Amino acid sequence: MIEIRDLSKSFVLHNQGSAVIPVMAGASLSVARGECVALVGNSGAGKSTLMRMIYGNYLAQDGAIRVGDLDVAQAEPRQILALRRHVLGYVSQFLRVVPRVPTLDVVAEPVLAAGGSTEAGLDRARDLLARLNIPERLWSLSPTTFSGGEQQRVNIARGFAHDFPALLLDEPTASLDATNRAVVLDLIREAKTRGAAILGIFHDAEAREAVCDREVDVTAFTPARAA
Amino acid sequence: MTPLLKVEGVTKRYGARLGCGDVSFDLWPGEVMGIVGESGSGKSTLLSCLAGHLAPDAGRVIFDTRAEGPRDVLALSEPERRMLARTDWAFVHQNPRDGLRMGVSAGGNVGERLMAVGARHYGDIRETAIDWLGRVEIAADRVDDRPRAFSGGMQQRLQIARNLVTGPRLVFMDEPTGGLDVSVQARLLDLLRGLVRQMGLSAVIVTHDLAVVRLLADRLMVMKGGHVVESGLTDQVLDDPQHGYTQLLVSSVLQV
Repeated sequence: MIEIRDLSKSFVLHNQGSAVIPVMAGASLSVARGECVALVGNSGAGKSTLMRMIYGNYLAQDGAIRVGDLDVAQAEPRQILALRRHVLGYVSQFLRVVPRVPTLDVVAEPVLAAGGSTEAGLDRARDLLARLNIPERLWSLSPTTFSGGEQQRVNIARGFAHDFPALLLDEPTASLDATNRAVVLDLIREAKTRGAAILGIFHDAEAREAVCDREVDVTAFTPARAA
Repeated sequence: MTPLLKVEGVTKRYGARLGCGDVSFDLWPGEVMGIVGESGSGKSTLLSCLAGHLAPDAGRVIFDTRAEGPRDVLALSEPERRMLARTDWAFVHQNPRDGLRMGVSAGGNVGERLMAVGARHYGDIRETAIDWLGRVEIAADRVDDRPRAFSGGMQQRLQIARNLVTGPRLVFMDEPTGGLDVSVQARLLDLLRGLVRQMGLSAVIVTHDLAVVRLLADRLMVMKGGHVVESGLTDQVLDDPQHGYTQLLVSSVLQV
């Protein structure tokens, strides 16, 4: 489902003496349907960078990123937009929403974007928010005022609202208590069962053990530093 | 599928000075395109050329009309272009006073566009006007007030209602949230996003507010000195800018 070949990336900082910072070279990996693969490596090794490249958020210099039928590294913006609506979900570490929009609508949005009805979206949102233990009295409020852990759970609910065939998870269990972590792990298992390909970053070794089928160490993709 | 709007090599000069140079892009149905850049970079000139308010010196602007398929907007006759501006197009000005008739009631402002496309039944027109005022969160009892009696944020929402009442397919917006306080701005952004999704609108939005484009626009063009220096997915351009000017722009935003 997700297939990466010889991917490389460097940042050029035009306003800081045109410094060129190579961050990735020769990255290759693949994730099959129903499989959960963990990206591991020290902080700064390029785990999040790789995820962002798959999502089309960072540009790739060279190589191919195949998600479903689309090569993200070569695709037109509108093709990536369609991919994000229907095929590829992404749970980032931070929630970014229009202020003053109720939590329920925030969570339902991916369902509507994928073409679902308002009813279906809201039902799904209620179901997920309840499972993730967000108190019902908060549903009509904007998540921008929530605590960090609550925001993260809203973000997860949003990420799982539509049944994406491929999912990117950036530390979905960080800063969650044991109960909620178990709920998130269940959601990941359910997604695997329905055939989703999942690529995740889990700092929490226990969570990784619980849901991941194998690990890919991104340190192997870090270019040698010319020190 | 054909692009709703196809822009090819649009160039506008003011004497020796360049307004915008050789701008090309395709806008697809349901897409929102943001245009950012410092003031004087040619954003508003480009928008005016696209909307037919200004005749470019070179280039083509091809719009996929409902009735006749793709037509070059610049080659349309004046009456044809006016009809397009009243039906398929909408233009939201930065200053609501430029887009509203200040001497006419709020309901009249919305109803006028309906009458321009042939609506004649007073009761229906009034009912539709009140419905649209509700959608932009203006109370029904204000329908007979003139826009002069409205706050700036209400005037801007009234302008949006006036523009969207005829169900346009393409909306041009010039700094739609400029000059509004942030709480009103947030509500307006949510309103616009909902309308874009429900009505399948396409939009071209000129702004210098990067936070606004991040929330509203699917795609982004960055202009400097009349030229497009970078374009792509909005979040990609903002998070991984390739051009020196975009990097400067993104890193200059003050964090709240």
